[in-house]
Amino acid sequence: MAASFMFHNGKELLQRCSENDMPIWDVMLHYEMQMSPRSKEEIWKMLEERLQVIFDGVDAAIENPELSPSGMVGKNTPLLAKGVHDFKKLEKELLLNEACIRAMLGAVATGENNARMGVILAFPTAGAAGVLPGVIYGAKFKLDLTRDQMVQMMLTASAIGVVIANTATLSGAAGGCQAEVGSATAMAAAALTEVRGKSPETSLHAASLALKNMIGLACDPIGGLVEVPCIKRNGIGAVFAMSASDMAYLGVESFVPFDEVVRAMREVGDLMSPKIRETALGGLAMTPTGQAVAERMGLLNIGDNPCSK
Amino acid sequence: MGTFSLFDIAGPIMVGPSSSHTAGAAKIGQFARAIFDATPTKVHFLLHGSFGEVYKGHATDRALLGGVMKFAPNDARIKTAFEHAKEKGLEYVFEPGNLGAQHHPNTVRITLENAERKMELIGSSIGGGNIVMTQINGFDVHLTGNGAEQYFTLVTENENRPGMLAKITGFLGDKAIRIVNMQSCYLAFENKVLSVLSIETALTLEDLLDLEKEDGILFARSLNKIAS
Repeated sequence: MAASFMFHNGKELLQRCSENDMPIWDVMLHYEMQMSPRSKEEIWKMLEERLQVIFDGVDAAIENPELSPSGMVGKNTPLLAKGVHDFKKLEKELLLNEACIRAMLGAVATGENNARMGVILAFPTAGAAGVLPGVIYGAKFKLDLTRDQMVQMMLTASAIGVVIANTATLSGAAGGCQAEVGSATAMAAAALTEVRGKSPETSLHAASLALKNMIGLACDPIGGLVEVPCIKRNGIGAVFAMSASDMAYLGVESFVPFDEVVRAMREVGDLMSPKIRETALGGLAMTPTGQAVAERMGLLNIGDNPCSK
Repeated sequence: MGTFSLFDIAGPIMVGPSSSHTAGAAKIGQFARAIFDATPTKVHFLLHGSFGEVYKGHATDRALLGGVMKFAPNDARIKTAFEHAKEKGLEYVFEPGNLGAQHHPNTVRITLENAERKMELIGSSIGGGNIVMTQINGFDVHLTGNGAEQYFTLVTENENRPGMLAKITGFLGDKAIRIVNMQSCYLAFENKVLSVLSIETALTLEDLLDLEKEDGILFARSLNKIAS
């Protein structure tokens, strides 16, 4: 019988890695080849195309910044871009290194490009689309990554995404922001760890450390828009992913195994009130500032329909 | 427990800001246009539930209209869909409304028309850019256009007469095309039958025109074009 690359949870993913003597990214590639009619070359080409979408989106927001229709976001990409541009000058004052500032830029630029209707890659969702571009943007600079390595990062991240989607959810409406930006940071942390040559086990520890840090995070977008607080959460989430990856890189292990962390995340999502699951009825959305925006946009009745969003 | 593809996680490529309210909406518009299969001069959107409440902030309106003009969810022209519609002379109306509690909160009823025909379709955006079309001209259907689907979809409407389904399946049989799945609905009001068939091989435009020439077949549409 041919080797199987199917997995549903982290334990099975590690088994497939060890049975086939492969890193996570290669198991994910073979999983997709087994599952779809596409060839290895086609899959790789599609990932390269998606990688290009990521870079084009970041560049578009940097080169041509624009306010979103709500007016809430669009101003922060230039500020972070300036931080990267003048990093040498600012190095003594800033706390984070250049890779981290670049990661925040990549993430915020992606979010601001999404908010003004630019073309983005939903990875794993539109609301959490900034984290992976952020860490790829930052790591490319720091680690001098090749295009193939960045595609490998996308594969590693996707394997973690598959596990979370199977066991919990990637949707803010179902599980809150922990399921969106939280999942994206777990995906990114594993990718950052594996691309630096660490084992699948260590990469899963990085994913656990990142996700544990995000458990309980509410989805409370002002006006129901993917803008505030989503975009900055992606920016800081990208740096969280780097922290989790560095911790794992230095040998720190998650006390709770990845599959248990994902189940805990699902359980916390089930415990969350629907008011903080993308309905804009709680949290930051219901602050005086949030309500003023909703009023200005004519969204005051946003909660009237019980099936709203 | 679902089985997720790599590209369910690393995808879709889309125009922002929302996969359910923008990308899914564009896909519903594309679907409607593909089934209408002609250039509409007028389109009416009845926006149900969340679609009716937040469509402006999420550009659901531009995405739906763009979809009706054949713009895919990743087509940057969605942002300027209103301008494109004016250029093409396509009249459009958006109206928030209520289609009933049985519908998903992100649902739209699209009415397309031109001098020759008029068609009404209902579709829902069910998350992550995935959609389901639930009604065509009052017929209940279930079309997902899922990227992972490996089959092509044929939609036909015919008069309610004996032997019509045999005509359609015979037509496919003559072309050595296997049918994987099939559903038919009867609408007593209009005395018509709508069928949706999953088939293994794509039909060409000539095939579709040939099938439409058959006595009693009112229309035949293929959804290969938006299978990705």
